Amino acid sequence: MSTSEKDNRLVRELSDEKYRYGFTTDVHTDIIDRGLDEDTVRLISSRKGEPGWLLDFRLKAYRHWLEMPMPQWAHLDIPPIDYQNISYYADPTVKKKEGPKSTDEIDPQVMKTFDKLGIPLEERLALSGGVAVDAVMDSVSVKTTFKQTLAEKGIIFCSIGEAVKNHPDLVREYLGSVVSYRDNFFAALNSAVFSDGSFVYIPKGVRCPMELSTYFRINAQGTGQFERTLIVADDDSYVSYLEGCTAPMRDENQLHAAIVEIVVLDRAQVKYSTVQNWYPGDENGRGGVYNFVTKRGLLRGVDSRLSWTQVETGSAITWKYPSCVLQGDGSQGEFYSVALTNNWQQADTGTKMIHIGKNTRSTVISKGISAGHSQNSYRGLISVGRNATGARNYSQCDSLLLGSDCGAHTFPYMDVRNETAVVEHEATTSKISEDQLFYCNQRGIPMEQAIGLIVNGYAKDVLNRLPMEFAVEAQRLLSVSLENTVG
Amino acid sequence: MSETNYSEIFIANRSLIDAGSSPVMSALRDRAYDCYTRYGLPGTKVEEYLHTDIGAWFGPDWGVNLKRVALPVNPSEAFRCNVPNLSTQMHFMAGDSYLKKDGQPSLPDGVLCGSLLELSESNPDIVSRYLGTLADMEKPGIAALNTMFMQDGFMVYVPRNVQIEKPVQLVSLMTDAVPMLACRRILVVLEQGASLKLLLCDHSSAGSQCMSMTVTECFVADNASLEIYDLEETSDRNTRVMECYVSQQRDSRVMIQNLSLHNGKTRNSVFSCFKGPGASFEVNGIAITDGQQHVDNFTFVDHEATDCESRELFKYVLDGQSTGSFAGKVLVRHGAQRTVSQQTNRNICLTADSRMWTQPQLEIYADDVKCSHGATVGQLDEKALFYMQQRGIPMKEARMLLMLAFLGEVIDRIPLDSLRARLLGLVELRLRHGQSRCEGCGVCK
Repeated sequence: MSTSEKDNRLVRELSDEKYRYGFTTDVHTDIIDRGLDEDTVRLISSRKGEPGWLLDFRLKAYRHWLEMPMPQWAHLDIPPIDYQNISYYADPTVKKKEGPKSTDEIDPQVMKTFDKLGIPLEERLALSGGVAVDAVMDSVSVKTTFKQTLAEKGIIFCSIGEAVKNHPDLVREYLGSVVSYRDNFFAALNSAVFSDGSFVYIPKGVRCPMELSTYFRINAQGTGQFERTLIVADDDSYVSYLEGCTAPMRDENQLHAAIVEIVVLDRAQVKYSTVQNWYPGDENGRGGVYNFVTKRGLLRGVDSRLSWTQVETGSAITWKYPSCVLQGDGSQGEFYSVALTNNWQQADTGTKMIHIGKNTRSTVISKGISAGHSQNSYRGLISVGRNATGARNYSQCDSLLLGSDCGAHTFPYMDVRNETAVVEHEATTSKISEDQLFYCNQRGIPMEQAIGLIVNGYAKDVLNRLPMEFAVEAQRLLSVSLENTVG
Repeated sequence: MSETNYSEIFIANRSLIDAGSSPVMSALRDRAYDCYTRYGLPGTKVEEYLHTDIGAWFGPDWGVNLKRVALPVNPSEAFRCNVPNLSTQMHFMAGDSYLKKDGQPSLPDGVLCGSLLELSESNPDIVSRYLGTLADMEKPGIAALNTMFMQDGFMVYVPRNVQIEKPVQLVSLMTDAVPMLACRRILVVLEQGASLKLLLCDHSSAGSQCMSMTVTECFVADNASLEIYDLEETSDRNTRVMECYVSQQRDSRVMIQNLSLHNGKTRNSVFSCFKGPGASFEVNGIAITDGQQHVDNFTFVDHEATDCESRELFKYVLDGQSTGSFAGKVLVRHGAQRTVSQQTNRNICLTADSRMWTQPQLEIYADDVKCSHGATVGQLDEKALFYMQQRGIPMKEARMLLMLAFLGEVIDRIPLDSLRARLLGLVELRLRHGQSRCEGCGVCK
C-alpha cells in the first residue's frame, strides 16, 4: 500500500468516525399514523393502557398546547416544524401481534443495536458494580437491567409506562409537579404525547449502589421522540443518573422534545449527567435532531443537592435549560456544561437557578465551544426571591471560538430581590491562544490534536464532574466533533 | 395618554409645531410619524425594556410646549456653577427651549454652538447633513416621537482640527409647575481631529412633576475626541428618558459618563457604533437611588470595524424601595477582528426592598476577539466594616467610606481633575444626606 493510499484510508476512517452511531436498525416497528389531534393523544394513551387521570392530563396539555405560540426568543433560527407530519408513537418491541413481551423476547436486532452502541442489556456482561440501564428505542423502553438487584433496596427503576401501572400513586403525586404542562410550548407538547422515559424512586435513607442510566435511541423514520423522565429522591437518599442519546444519520430533521423532572427531598442528593450526542446533521447542515428539552429539578427538601452536568455535542438545534428551583433552606444547585457546536449546528443552552429558600447556593460553570458556521449561546437566569436570605451564586461562562464564521453569545439575566444575596457572574470570549498552539506544534503535536488537547483542557472543569464511564466517552466526543475545524 | 393621543396631537398641531421650528427639522417629521405609528412606544414585552415601562411613563397628560411659551427663568440669576477651577462655556435650556444669554466668550472660528433651532436656520446645510441620520426610528423607542415634536435643542459643531479646551456646559432645567413634557434634541458633530468636552447637567426644581425626553446624536470623525459627562440631579417626581447615539470613525475616542445622582424615574440608552478601525469607546455610569426611584441604563455597542476597543463600567447603590436595571449588549460583527471589549456592572443593595436586574450580553461573530463581562450584586464587605469599626470609625461612617470607594472607581475614570473632585464631593454629599444639591444654581433648592 502506497503512502498516499494509506493516508486516504486514514482520512476515510476519520471521516467515518465522525458520527459512529449513524446506522439504522431494520426492526419491525409499529408506527402510528402521522399527525396530531385529540385522537392521537387518546390512541397513545390506550396503547399504553393508561388510567383515566393520565389521559385527562394529556388532553388538558394538548388543548393548552393548541393555544400556545412557538417560542421565538431564543438565539436560534428554527425552520418551521410541521407538527402534523410527525408520527408521535413508534414501538419497535411489538412482534406482529404476538403475546406478552418478556425480556427474553427482545428482538435480537434491537439487542444488537444496543450492543453496537456499547450499551450492554445483558446483566452478566456489565462490569461488576456497573450501571443499571433503561434502554429506550423510539417510544418504548425495551429493557431495564438490574431491576431485581435495585428492588432489594427498595429502589424503583423502570420505564415511566411501567411505573404508571405499578406505582400509580407515586407517579400521580409527582408527575407535572416540577414542570407543569403549562410551562412552555414544548413542555405542553410533551405532556400531551409523552412516551417512555425512566422513572426512578430512591426511598428514604438509601444510597443507590450503582449508577442508573437511560439510553435513548431514535431509530424509526418520520418519528419524534417525546420521552418523559421522573426522578424522586426521598429524604437522605443519593443517586447518580446518566443519560445518553444517539440517532441515525438522516436528511430529515427529527424532533426530540423531552421533559425531565427531578424532586429532591430533605438532605437527598441527585447527580444528573448527560452526554448528548444526537445526530448533528452533516457538514452542510442537512438533517439532524432538533433537541427541545425542558429539564428541571425541584429541591424541596432542606439541605438537598442537585447537580446537572451536561456535555452537548450533538443535535442540529439545541434548546435546553436544565434548571434548579432551590426551595428548601440550605439547598444547593449546580450546573456544569460543555456545549460544542460545529458545522451549522445551533445551540441555545444554559440554566436557571431560582433561589427561594434561605441560605441556598448555586454554581454555574458553562463552557461553550463554537466552530465552523455554528452559533452557540449561553442563556441563564439567576433569580433571588425576597425571602431567599443568604443566597449565594457564582456563574462563569466562557466561550471559545474556532474559526471566523462561527458565533458565541452570552445572555445572562440576574434578578436580585434580597439585600443579603451575593450574585457573581463572569464571562469571557476568546479564541485559542496562538502561543499554546505553537508550543504544541513545536513539540510535534499536529494542529488538530493540539486543538483537541487544548479544548479538553478548557472543558476539564466540567468533564471532571462526569462519572468515569462518561468522562472517557465525552473526551473522545469532543475531539471527534472538532475534526476538520482546522483550515 | 395613550400612544394614539400623541399621534392625534401631532396631526392636530402639525402647523403649530412647524411654525415653532425650522424647515430642516420639519423635513424629518413625516418619516418620524410613519415610524411612530408602526413601532410606537416600547412596552415591557420588548427585550430591551423588560424592567422599564416607557409606554406607561408617557401615560400622564403631560403638556407639550408647542406654542413656545417662554418659561419665566432668568438664566443669569438662576445658574451659577461654582465647581472650583471648572471654567466652562455655559449654555442653558429651560424645558425644551434654549435660553439666550449675553456675554458668551468667543469660540474658535468655525465652531457653532448654541440653539439647534437658530443654527438649523442659519446653517441648514450642516444641520441637515447630520440631524436625524443617526437616531434609529425603525424600532420601538423615543427617537420617532422626539423627532415628531422637536422644536429646539442644543448643537455643537467643531470643525477640522479644532480643539476646544474649555468644557462646554449645557444646563437644562425643568421648573414648570404644571406637568410638562420637554422634548429636547442635541446634535454634536466633531470633524476630523477635533476635540470637545461636553458637560450636560439636568436639574429640576423640587416638586416639579416633569418629564424630559432627550435624543442626542454624536458624529465623531477620524481621530476626533469627545467626552460627555451627563449628570442628572433632578427630583423624585421627575421622569427622564434619554437616547444617545454615537457614530465613530477611524481612530476616534469617545467617553460618556452617565451619573444619576438624584432622580425620579430614569432610562438612559446609549447606542454606539464603530464605523472605522482603531477607535475606542468608553461608557461609565453610577446610580444612587432611594425611595421609589428607578434607574435603568441600557447600552448597545456595535463593533462593525476591526481593531476597536470598548469599555463599560456601571455601578449602582440601591437604598429604600428603589429599583435598578442594567442591560448592556456588545455585538461583534463578522469580520470585526481584534476587537477588545470589557463590560462590568457591580451593584450594592442596601435594603430588603430594593431590587436589581442586570443583564450583560455578548453577541460575537468574529473569532480573534477578547471580550468579557462581569456582573455582581452584593453588599458591603462585612470584614472591611468590622476592621474600620475596630479602629474607631463609626458604623455609619464606615459604610459611607466603603460606598464612596465603591463608586469612586467610576469617578476616577474622569480625566478632568476639577470635575472629578467636584463630582466626588457631590456623591459624598448624596451618600451622607440622602440627597445632594449641586449648589451651583440656586433654582433647585
